[in-house]
Amino acid sequence: MTDQKNIRNFSIVAHIDHGKSTLADRLIQHTGGLSERDMQEQVLDSMDIERERGITIKAQTVRLKYTANNGENYVLNLMDTPGHVDFAYEVSRCLSACEGSLLVVDASQGVEAQTLANVYQAIENDHDIVTVLNKIDLPAAEPERVKRQIEDVIGLDTEGAIECSAKSGVGIEDVLEAVVQHLPAPTGDPSAPLKAMLVDSWYDAYLGVMVLVRVIDGVVKKGQTVQMMAAGTEHQIDRVGVFTPKGVMVNQLSAGEVGFITASIKEVSDTNVGDTITDAKKPCAEALPGFKPSQPVVFCGLFPADADDYPKLRDSLAKLRLNDASFEFEAESSAALGFGYRCGFLGMLHLEIIQERLWREFDLELITTSPSVIYKIHMVKGDMLELHNPSDMPDVVRIDYIEEPWINATILVPDEFLGAVLKLCEDKRGIQENLTYVGTRAMLNYRLPLNEVVYDFYDRLKSISRGYASFDYEMTNYDRSDLVKMSILVNGEPVDALSMLVHRSQAEARGRVLCERLKDLIPRALFKIPIQAAIGGKVIARETLSAMRKDVTAKCYGGDITRKKKLLEKQKKGKKKMRMYGKVEIPHDAFIAALKMREN
Amino acid sequence: MLTASHISAKCAIYIHWPFCLKKCPYCDFNSHVRDHVDAAAWQRAMLDEIDHFKALFPNLQASSIFFGGGTPSLMPPETTAAIIEQVSSHWGNGDDIEITLEANPSSVEAGRFQNYKQAGVNRISIGVQSLRDDALKFLGRLHNVSEAMTALDVARNIFDHVSFDLIYARPNMTLANWKTELSEALAMNPSHLSLYQLTIEEGTAFDHQFRRGRFTLPDEEHAAALLTLTREMTLSAGLPAYEISNHAKPGAESQHNLAYWQGDFYMGIGPGAHGRLPSNTQGAAQAHGQISRPENWLAAVNKKGLGLESFETIDPKDRAVEALMMGLRLTKGIDLKAFQARFGVALHNFLDPVEVEKLSASGHIAQENGFFTLTPSGVPLLNYLLGRLLA
Repeated sequence: MTDQKNIRNFSIVAHIDHGKSTLADRLIQHTGGLSERDMQEQVLDSMDIERERGITIKAQTVRLKYTANNGENYVLNLMDTPGHVDFAYEVSRCLSACEGSLLVVDASQGVEAQTLANVYQAIENDHDIVTVLNKIDLPAAEPERVKRQIEDVIGLDTEGAIECSAKSGVGIEDVLEAVVQHLPAPTGDPSAPLKAMLVDSWYDAYLGVMVLVRVIDGVVKKGQTVQMMAAGTEHQIDRVGVFTPKGVMVNQLSAGEVGFITASIKEVSDTNVGDTITDAKKPCAEALPGFKPSQPVVFCGLFPADADDYPKLRDSLAKLRLNDASFEFEAESSAALGFGYRCGFLGMLHLEIIQERLWREFDLELITTSPSVIYKIHMVKGDMLELHNPSDMPDVVRIDYIEEPWINATILVPDEFLGAVLKLCEDKRGIQENLTYVGTRAMLNYRLPLNEVVYDFYDRLKSISRGYASFDYEMTNYDRSDLVKMSILVNGEPVDALSMLVHRSQAEARGRVLCERLKDLIPRALFKIPIQAAIGGKVIARETLSAMRKDVTAKCYGGDITRKKKLLEKQKKGKKKMRMYGKVEIPHDAFIAALKMREN
Repeated sequence: MLTASHISAKCAIYIHWPFCLKKCPYCDFNSHVRDHVDAAAWQRAMLDEIDHFKALFPNLQASSIFFGGGTPSLMPPETTAAIIEQVSSHWGNGDDIEITLEANPSSVEAGRFQNYKQAGVNRISIGVQSLRDDALKFLGRLHNVSEAMTALDVARNIFDHVSFDLIYARPNMTLANWKTELSEALAMNPSHLSLYQLTIEEGTAFDHQFRRGRFTLPDEEHAAALLTLTREMTLSAGLPAYEISNHAKPGAESQHNLAYWQGDFYMGIGPGAHGRLPSNTQGAAQAHGQISRPENWLAAVNKKGLGLESFETIDPKDRAVEALMMGLRLTKGIDLKAFQARFGVALHNFLDPVEVEKLSASGHIAQENGFFTLTPSGVPLLNYLLGRLLA
């Protein structure tokens, strides 16, 4: 057991790509947490998808043993947090389990949008903060300029800022010393009744549901019966352990420590992140405030490309949810796509990740319908309903008005791309709130409708700024808006999967692009196929797909049969992936491609 | 490996001569240009392979022989004679069968027509390709129109059955251009004509040029109109289409090619040739494909007696699909009774009933007098319709 004054619990906050995971790797290696052999890049990112994309999705924790220059032995609990805005809630709960943070800033890039968002969260959590300038060995590194930026923009004192290079290992010792010297030890009463925070939980194939806890007061040990105060459930503890980063069993965790417990808990959904864990026999007087649960903000339908895969999709979604309680799904049926699920995600990246995991881990090919946000539909009769799916939109005559969610966006962009970014924000119905400068870069604050952001904002922002713009946002409020439901009609039949709510001013442009795109994606038939975008009964865009006139092989003799037969078989397989809309067949990849479209 | 079968059945015999003087830019057939061909070695190998097939399939009856290529009119007539004799002695029953040779209309080759007739050839199919000199040049042919006309005249004096090929739907071809050119062809009063639309095949010189935009082809609408015009003109000239691209006076249809389209057995001798031979399972067939590269084929035959590289058993269901695919190419369509007799199941078991209903209603397919056929509006859409029809 470690003396509380020799414990440090800290997070690393940074903008994506500023080297957070590499720094974590280096700290683990330096303190001997893993042998050279076990070490791999981004050790804390355990999912393939995290390593490949170079991002952190799930927060991870690791206990490091460190002997400081003063000769004392310290236990450092590092909590690695995701950098992407979609997973902001993961960041917030990690921060609440720590007393301090390392703010990592790329010495060549400087402050970025997520640097700001994450550091403000750390400040809100009353953290002591040590500033670390990473990538100091890059030729483009400008530590002095970046320090000034941090002081100007964030208001942090950078006198004690540490310069390091996580990649080459320069300054790692200084980082560890600063953690010990400048971050506070936890305070808490080991002899008080148990009070622990449920920081996270996930499903492990061998150990079952694992719960990450931060002990505030008291002690948690094996065999103890604990109570989840909000859930009101009781469990007996099977195991207590810490990550080094491998899981290692310990006898107990006491006030100030971070580790995991397992108990006879069946599903991840039985554990509420932010709940207070206490001793069932001797409960603490007051529960912790808890967290605001994460709410899905982007919704879309997921349908199996092959209708026979529906049961597999259901099982796969259930399995994924074991590990990721932040997405929701409920059964949905579409006139054309058959049975599927309406799913809610934390953002577009989250959506993409779930979709990719379904494909990768469960071999499922999916049709994704237009992403949508939650609209508030105020009815003439005075009631209000939340609309997750444009297909459920009530008749317009019954609607009084519609509200849509808005966000506050922070965008940092080099001056040369400012014009293009301003235009993009204006095109997306943005309202400028502020424009200041951080060094040579502009910092923009915009209010934007969330539905414009989920559409393709992030991709376009990246492309018009050649990757230099950074972006972060938070949901703010709902506002009245002139939204209309745009339907797509193929041969006169509405295609429910392609209908969407759009702002009236955007409808025509978007409808036109969608019709043009579909014209290239829908295979021709024996008759002409009109493709229309319409608002109510009014057609706002139209394309016509001409009828097929000739499709016959001129020469076909004995040697051509085998080849011809293979083509036919391929054609037949393709047929399985078609969906009938009235008399027209639409291949499932047409939906994906149509919705992925870019306007430029 | 092919399994021996003592089944007695009719079989069309295809002989592939893989050599050409020049590779045509549109051609993706198994044809090769060589400075020197050891004719004696090739003759030995062809005869050897025929003997090996005889050992495996002793009870077939040859229903036709077809010399294709390549350019079989480059084959020494003695070789042609030896092959015909060997096939007849193995699988002949004394009846006269159709024996076709494909020929180029050059003066040298026309000079050998008489020798081919003496060898036993009774039908000649001439690769005229166009009646326009500029088109022949574009198509990379070595002859001109006047040579082709002379060769045709020579052929008609020697053979009772003469067919020739034309390639249309060429770049910038208007309906009027083709109407004139086809009228000239019909005015020669042929008994058989093969009229192919120019298509770009993968890996050919045209493929390369076309993808680089060196020339364009008629668009789909125009190609469909050219096809319709062709069928109307040949019909009124008494030479109706009996297959997608083949036209004949009644009774002058190519018996050999009918074998492919009717789903009969056929044997492929020589490099790159394919066949469908009887299997001991009723309704099934043994598919075989020969090694394509001439030298490799020759070496294999010298070593093992056969130059085969692929075998596959085609089960009755697959064979039925092939019969549908090929049978619908014929104007008369598929004989439903004969189909059922051969495969033991009715054609409709392989078809999607909803699609049959829809496509009958839209007038693309028809069922009359025991035949399942494409209507004139269905013909240009065969590939698409097959995709829809197959269950």
